[in-house]
Amino acid sequence: MSTLEILTFLVWLVASVTFIFALKFLASPKTARTGNLLGAAGMALIVLWTFFTHDATSPEADPGMFGNWWIIIVGGAIGAVIGWFSAKRVAMTAMPQMVAIFNGAGGGAAALVAVVEFLRDQELHPGELLPLAFIIATLLGAIIGSVSLTGSIVAWGKLQGVIASRPVRYPGSQIVTGLLFLVLIGLAVYVAVIEPSTPLFLLFVVLALILGVQLTMPIGGADMPVVISLLNAYTGIAVAATGFVLSNYALLIAGTLVGASGTILTQLMTRAMNRSLVNVLFAGFGTGGEAAAAGEGEEQLREISAEDAAVLMAYGKRVVIVPGYGMAVAQAQGPVRELMDLLISKGVDVQFAIHPVAGRMPGHMNVLLAEANVPYDRLKEMDEINDDFADTDVALVIGANDVVNPLAREEGSPISGMPILNVDQAQNVIVLKRGRGTGFAGIPNPLFSNEKTAMLFGDAKPSVENLVAGVKQA
Amino acid sequence: MELTAFELLSALFILVLAAFVGYEVVSKVPTMLHTPLMSGANAVHGVIVVGAMLVASTAHGPIAIVLALVAVILGTINVVGGFVVTDRMLEMFKGRGGGRG
Repeated sequence: MSTLEILTFLVWLVASVTFIFALKFLASPKTARTGNLLGAAGMALIVLWTFFTHDATSPEADPGMFGNWWIIIVGGAIGAVIGWFSAKRVAMTAMPQMVAIFNGAGGGAAALVAVVEFLRDQELHPGELLPLAFIIATLLGAIIGSVSLTGSIVAWGKLQGVIASRPVRYPGSQIVTGLLFLVLIGLAVYVAVIEPSTPLFLLFVVLALILGVQLTMPIGGADMPVVISLLNAYTGIAVAATGFVLSNYALLIAGTLVGASGTILTQLMTRAMNRSLVNVLFAGFGTGGEAAAAGEGEEQLREISAEDAAVLMAYGKRVVIVPGYGMAVAQAQGPVRELMDLLISKGVDVQFAIHPVAGRMPGHMNVLLAEANVPYDRLKEMDEINDDFADTDVALVIGANDVVNPLAREEGSPISGMPILNVDQAQNVIVLKRGRGTGFAGIPNPLFSNEKTAMLFGDAKPSVENLVAGVKQA
Repeated sequence: MELTAFELLSALFILVLAAFVGYEVVSKVPTMLHTPLMSGANAVHGVIVVGAMLVASTAHGPIAIVLALVAVILGTINVVGGFVVTDRMLEMFKGRGGGRG
């Protein structure tokens, strides 16, 4: 081993350790940002090291004046500009889509690395079978990376509203998926042990791209966060596979790390909804049929004016705010903070009840409220606050629906068994809601017709601003 | 690319141990930081850009070069966008929290 190779291994080690810290430091909000910066530094180190030493790590490099350096410089510049500006400009509410797109980019890169590596092997040793471990890893990188790429694009489209967010299915779609799988397995076996045919390998990649769309389209928009988390894990696994192909331990470790952590996170999310991953992926949650069957009955809803609602809160002892996706779309977190400050100055105890899947990503509400300077010791997780609703004068529900739906406690509803916030136990419930429609899951909500509940219709931001004005006068 | 049994087994060891580290590390992250966690993990797998650089450096012929170029672009988007967006999220959590208000 040359000195340079030894140093390269050590650089991989250092980078891997910073990646672990990047995730580990997320255990506390105090260290989280430092961890992320550390991870970025480790990433910069390994990228620069690879760039300046890549002749050593890849002896076949083109010996021209710059070799293939221009690819890295041009590609890196384009990618950096796109990545930087989209990350800087995206609104906090559109964060889930942004993560999906970045994840898709990583998956696409992993698939392409596998493809280029396969092409190169065929150029160097035409028609020669690769060692089994290598071809398996190459095929894995190609298929998982491709699924992650197109799956992430669909997830982005559903959250962005470019693609219908309802589960999209057609007759026999599961048969098509099954056939796709069979053909993919057949192609993989053929390429691995019979003949390393380049056209068949490329067909394999194209079918994998189609598979990504095929698997994601039948899943409803409400479940996209779980899907993004899962695809994130997939990309990690694809990266680990390509790390194996390239004998690069940094890729192997980082990819495995993300593959494992993404899998756990996905599990935590499905558990928070009391559903299994299989159910999320194949059940077509919130399909049109259920919603139409149950949602038609017009119920009596009691409306309340912003002034009356404000008085109710200002003279209560304890107010619990339950934010949901409606607060995020309306960008109402600023006025909500103002409302909290005002109520506190009037001696009201104000807390926030955060359901694990409120919004469209776990922790989505925490990010938005933190953006608006709400101290995070006022944010209570579901288990922490659920017993306190009975002592709460007013529960203010801002654009949340399914996570406060008492139907979840009963059998026979699509959300049956999902743990919910016990908002219906509060003395009074005020629900801020944009319109009379059903929630994301398309299920009616008996909380709204409860006699303790009063509705305040309208976009969340002006509604909260009216509440603020009302509390000032109260 | 002859791979010795020792190298194969080393890779397997690394794989299994890294999976356990991933599991342990994530179990300790509170729910409120799960969105940044997803985003941070997303940035970490941006290390694929290194793989893209490696295959780019040996790419021959127009097809391989174009594919490698796209791989480098996508990998860089993943890594730069991933870390920047995570930093933006975490910026909001910094230095707050202690019993204010």
